[in-house]
Formats: sequence, structure tokens, C-alpha cells
Amino acid sequence: MTQSVVVQVGQCGNQIGCCFWDLALREHAAVNQKGIYDEAISSFFRNVDTRAVGHKVFGSLYQEQILEKLRKSAEHCDCLQCFFIIHSMGGGTGSGLGTFLLKVLEDEFPEVYRFVTSIYPSGEDDVITSPYNSILAMKELNEHADCVLPIDNQSLFDIISKIELMMNSGKLGTVIKPKSLVTSSAGTSKKRQEKPFDKMNNTVANLLLNLTSSARFEGSLNMDLNEISMNLVPFPQLHYLVSSLTPLYTLADVNIPPRRLDQMFSDAFSKDHQLIRADPKHSLYLACALMVRGNVQISDLRRNIERLKPSLQFVSWNQEGWKTSLCSVPPVGHTHSLLALANNTCVKPTFIELRERFMRLYKKKAHLHHYLQIEGMEEGCFTEAVSSLSALIQEYNQLDATKSLPVEDIPRLSVAV
Amino acid sequence: MSIVTVQLGQCGNQIGFEVFDALFSDSHCPQKFCSKRENEAYQASCKERFFSEEEDGVPVARAVLVDMEPKVINQTLSKAAHSGRWKYGQHSHLCQKQGSGNNWAYGYSVHGPRHEESIMNLIQKEVEKCDSLSGFFIVMSMAGGTGSGLGAFLTQNLQDQYSNSLKMNQIIWPYGTGEVIVQNYNSILTLSHLYRSSDALLVHENDAVHKICAKLMNIKQISFRDINQVLAHQLGSVFQPTYSGEGSFHYRRNPLGDLMEDLVPHPEFKMLGVRNIPQMSENSLAYSTFTWAGLLKHLRQMLISNAKMEEGIDWQVRPPLSGLPTLGKMPLSKELHFNTSIANLVILRGKDVHSADLGAFKDPALYTSWLEPVTAFNVWKTQRAFSKYEKSAALVSNSQSLVKPLDMIVGKAWNMFASKAYLHQYTKFGIEEEDFLDGFALLEQVIASYSNL
Repeated sequence: MTQSVVVQVGQCGNQIGCCFWDLALREHAAVNQKGIYDEAISSFFRNVDTRAVGHKVFGSLYQEQILEKLRKSAEHCDCLQCFFIIHSMGGGTGSGLGTFLLKVLEDEFPEVYRFVTSIYPSGEDDVITSPYNSILAMKELNEHADCVLPIDNQSLFDIISKIELMMNSGKLGTVIKPKSLVTSSAGTSKKRQEKPFDKMNNTVANLLLNLTSSARFEGSLNMDLNEISMNLVPFPQLHYLVSSLTPLYTLADVNIPPRRLDQMFSDAFSKDHQLIRADPKHSLYLACALMVRGNVQISDLRRNIERLKPSLQFVSWNQEGWKTSLCSVPPVGHTHSLLALANNTCVKPTFIELRERFMRLYKKKAHLHHYLQIEGMEEGCFTEAVSSLSALIQEYNQLDATKSLPVEDIPRLSVAV
Repeated sequence: MSIVTVQLGQCGNQIGFEVFDALFSDSHCPQKFCSKRENEAYQASCKERFFSEEEDGVPVARAVLVDMEPKVINQTLSKAAHSGRWKYGQHSHLCQKQGSGNNWAYGYSVHGPRHEESIMNLIQKEVEKCDSLSGFFIVMSMAGGTGSGLGAFLTQNLQDQYSNSLKMNQIIWPYGTGEVIVQNYNSILTLSHLYRSSDALLVHENDAVHKICAKLMNIKQISFRDINQVLAHQLGSVFQPTYSGEGSFHYRRNPLGDLMEDLVPHPEFKMLGVRNIPQMSENSLAYSTFTWAGLLKHLRQMLISNAKMEEGIDWQVRPPLSGLPTLGKMPLSKELHFNTSIANLVILRGKDVHSADLGAFKDPALYTSWLEPVTAFNVWKTQRAFSKYEKSAALVSNSQSLVKPLDMIVGKAWNMFASKAYLHQYTKFGIEEEDFLDGFALLEQVIASYSNL
């Protein structure tokens, strides 16, 4: 059994992190009635106050202290497989410190995977300098993260709105179970005041839970975290994965006939279910992972892949670029669920927009002095960061260019007969 | 003589369990058509091959279980123990905490050397329990990281340390539309390595078995368990005891040795496939009767038209007329192509087995020209029926039938290799582009050799 250490950075990261621990505990409590500290749960916790595991980290001046805390966490794991870093790109702490930590982790624990959940700034952002923060963070993500799961608040907000609409419309046959993990904090360990971002944070927390479910619970086709990187990252730079989670609400019927199950698969590819504003269906797939939980068998999975394949475009050298997993244990309150991770050129617009917003600020040198007065920061950092991002965008452009080309058969090795 | 099974990775362990379960169930299936003495001899032979005994009397599978993460092995061990009928040895397994990440290079270069000693020790202990060792049966998939990479490493080790014993690798070929994105890379590396170190590669394709589940067994929501059970049934019908020769009523001692002798006359050709007839759900079985003539007619046509099951057989395909020169390179895209065999082994089990007429299998037109049918074709029999099937026939063949699937895998892998995608994941652990090229070269050679039969 491997362990993961979650590093929550900044206000955003910590809020999400707290939701995550509540949900994880609830999930494991539901699976293991006896409440024994079993193997699966040990993947996230040590037998101490669990709130101590998620840290609030302060200031890059405290590198040694941070490292100390991380080392201590790592020591408690007898097989540390992965660091999950949760942070935002727009703020100061999450963005700066969060990505600084990546380099630290890479140096200190080179064999441990670094998965980063990054909240990208939306259109209306309350932090004026968020484009600067984001660009600088992107460079670090490019170079030091194994996998990045970009998420944006606007998409989360849209998803939550959709759920509330369904709840309020009282559509026939659609009854949201009041204790649905997605929408409420009912049943969580402490009585928190419901904060404005709670529902959105719950969704992200669900993402992490589902990502690790196949590593924690048994199933007929397991998928460990190291398999995510192996299968979904064809080239080191291209490690940005667009995620979608379905279903987002439980329905009243318990025995869901196959038609509904298939709907879950269709939804995973619709742009309304993506956790970032992106439309993978109309862009190019480099690779796609489907992580299914619950009473779903290989035939259901295959049937849906066959059904959906024709409407999706995969890069020529990865026409069957599907990675699949089947975990027997569904999330609490659902009979089955699906997490889709797509390495798809649809992230490109997000990056382009990021660069444009950066350029608008940078051209006028607005607020730049706040950064330059910090030791170690100079204009070169900015230009380097923009170059790095441009190079990344260019790689996606090149891939997109291959979309309309006919698939050529590469001549095979010929052997003497 | 005994066979030691090595179960590797999730696939290998899940299948291994079903195989032992099928062997045990068949062995204890009530028999209507053979004498008590016959049945007892059969059971004793099966036991010697696959099970050893402990003080409590519960048969212990002659198996070593290896996986790089613990969930599957734990499940496998407990499923067996819970059945109460047979079990795995208490100390016959090795598992680690972190899997191979679907990375052949990791399985081969990291896990292999790291756990070499422990695994070989486990195998040695199992071998010591056998009075006489026929050889090893290694169950693995080629799409993942452990079964494939560690499996390749281990097979090489077995070749070095047990050079006098035979090794047969049971390899599962993944679904064409992926289970694992890098499955084609892993497959190339596995097959090319095994071709050098294994004695025979017994292949099962998930796509083919899936169709059997769908069309013959009528299973609606097919699970991996269903697939594995069909597979186990097929393997059971090959490996359960049969008489040692024509006219004999003693059970043959060395199944692996005999299989190799009958089916692998030349080291260039070691890919074997299995077909089994009839296969159906238990409900349908109760209402069906079969004749040997009917079963064998279907089986033969399945062979020559390259069908993997008895439904949807193309009856148009005919062997080329004898005496005509063999056609040149086999066109892979041709519709009505005929499946040429190097060697075939038919295994018959059940009532009136001696009345079965196998003349049609001895037709020289079925075989490549450099082997006489008398060498190329063999039959094994027993009156003792297999499982609930009053009559059943299995066909193990060394033929062209795997060329097309192999060619597809090589093609896809080559395409991906040309773009250099994912290579950094392999070079990270010491598998370089050159190693890939070696693998491609070897497999293109195999494809060419089989195509030119």
C-alpha cells in the first residue's frame, strides 16, 4: 500500500484541502464499518490528528521549516508514492510558494510523483496581479510537476449552478439525495459554517478522491497513480490533464439500467462537465483515461468507448489512446461514477488567454515594482516565464496542425526472409 | 510429473486463481461415463501435476504468486482459502507496495533485479515439493508493467537456473482498443524477450474470449471474471490428464514435454493458440447433445478459417489443392485466406472417445510442406469427460492464426515509436530506442516466417 502526502498551500489550497479530508474520512468510514484503521485509509493518514497532516505553509523564507515538515510526513510513510499539491495560480501564497515547493520536492524526493491541482484564474479575478502570478507559476509547473490538473472557478460555478437548477426544478425522477457528497457538507465531521466556495471545493475534493480510488480500493482492473503519469504523459512537457467527473448528482432510482450508465460516459465528454473551460470533444486528444467506480464491468466500458470513439479525434500515433480502470467501490451515495482525464489540446485557449492577460499588464509595467523589489526577482524571470509558456503553446499548435492531415502509414522495418 | 505455475501481476493472479479452481472443480466433478477406477486415476494424475498436500488434507496449488502491489494477491489468497476446497501455500507469494506503473522498463529493470532472489527462492521451494518437475507455467499479461516486464525478466532467469526444465508462458493479449495506452510498446518488448527465453508462448486474446462470452455464453454484462473463467476452462481442457498413447489407459506423465514435442518442432515457431468446443452456458448445455463427427468438423473449419469460436465460422475457406505450389507471401488483408498450420494437437475428452474419426486433420493440405502430417498432427484422449461436457474437444495449434493480431500490434507500436511518444518513460529506466528496435526486428522476422509457411 502506497501513501500520498497532500500539501495544501494558500487560502484556496487549504479550503479545498479541508473539504478533501472530510470527504476522504467519510468515504473510508462508509467502506469500513468497523472504523478500524485499515490499509486503505492509511494511504492518506497517519494515526494522529488528521488535521495536522495538512499544513498551512508560510513564506518562502521558511524553506527549512517547510522541508522539515515534509520530511516528517514522508518518514511516516513506508512507501511514499505521490505528493498532491493543491493551490491557486492567481494568489500570492498558493501560486508562489506552491510552485516553489515543487522544486523543493523534486530535489528532496526525486522518485515521488508530483501531482498538482491548480486553480486557474477566471475572467473576473479579485487579484489584479493574478496574471503575473500565473505566468510565473506556469514556468514552475512546466518544469517541475509530473502532472497538472488545471481547474477554473467559473467552470466549477457553472457545474454547481447546474446541479442546483436540477434540484430546484424537481424534474421527474430526479431527486437529489440530501446527503449527496457533492453538494452538501452534511455528515462531515465538524459543523463548518457553509462558506461561499464550499460546494465548488467539494467538487475538487471529489476529483482527488476519485483519482486515488483505484489505488486505495480493489477492482478487476486496478490503476495506480504512477500509471496515470505513464499513460497520459507522452512527452514530458505535455502533462496538463483536463478532468471531468460524472455523475454530479445522485438520482432516486437505485437500479440504474444500462441506458443511464451510458449517459454517464457521454456526459464525461461534454464541455459542461469539464472542470476547466475547455471543449475536448472538438480538439485533439493525445491520451484519455477513464477511471470507473462501482458496479461497472469491462463490457460496459468497452461498449461506451466504441460508441464515443467516432466523435473524438485522437492524434495519429495514439488512435487507441485509452487507459481504463475499474474499481469496485463506488463513491458514497452513488452506485457508480466516472472520472475522465484527458490530455487534450483544448487546454491551449486557457494558456493563450493567460498569456494575453499577462501581456496587457506587462506592456504597461503595471505593478511590476512589487515583484522586482523582492530579492532574486528580475525582469528576466518574467521574460523567461513567457517564453516557456509560448513554447508550450507552440507544441500544442503543432499537434493541432496534424488534426486535419490524413493518417499516413509509416513504412515498417523490412527483414530478410 | 508436476507443473509449477507462476502467477504474475494482476492479470496473472486473477487468471491463475480461475485456472486452479477450474482444474479442481473438473477433477471433482461427478462422472457418469467412466468407471470409478478410471476417475480415481484421473484425479490422482491431476493432483500430482497441480496440487501438493498439507497436513490438513486441503490441496495446495503448486503455485508462486508475484505482484508488485498487494491488493490482488490478498484477494486471490483469500478467495482460495474461503472456498475451503483448495488453497495457496501460506508462504508462496511475494508482493510489494508499489506497482510497476504499466512500465515494462520498470518491471524488467527495477523490480526484476530487486526481487530476483526472493522470487527464485519461492520457486525453488515449490520445485522441491515436486517428486519430478515437468516444467513451469507462467501466467502473465503483456500490456501492463509487472506481468510483462517482470515476467520477461523472470523467464530469462528460469532459463538460466533451470535449463533442463521447460517453460511455457501463458500470455494474455489485451483488447485492441486499449486497456493501457502503452500496451503495444509493452507487448513488443515482452514478446521479443520471451521469444528468446521461453519454450512456447500460449496466447489468449481478450477480444476473442470476450466474443465467446458474448455470443456463446450469452453473458450480458461481461466482467473480467467471466473472461477469466472461459480462459481457465480452455486451459483446463488442455492440461488435465490424458492417456499416454494410443491404446494406453495410463495417464501421460509429462504434459509440458509432450506439448513441446508435438507442437514446437522448430524454435522459430513457438506461438500457440487454443480453441475449444463446445463452449456454452450451463443452461444451454443441459439441452444439447453432440457427436464427435460434428464437433471435429467444426473444430477443423475453425482452424482453417481462423475462427476463434464455433459461431460465425466461414465455411467458404478451403485448404489449397494438394500438389499445387504454395502461394507466395500470405496477403494479410485477403478475405478468404487459409490458415496454414505447422503442427496441431487435438485433445478429446468424454464418451466413446475412441470412436472419433480424425482423418480430416491428417490432410497434408492443412500443413506446411516441411513436416509430414504424421509428425505434425497428434491426438490425446481420455474417456473421462471434462467438467459437465459429455464430449469436448480442444485444439492447440501452432499456425498462422496469430500473425494478423501480432502484425497489428507491431504496426501500432511502430507508429507510436516513430513519433517518439512515451519513450522518455522507458529510457528513464534503461530501456533505450535500440532495445525497441531489436524487439521490432525480431518480431518482424517472426511475422515473415509465419507468413511464408
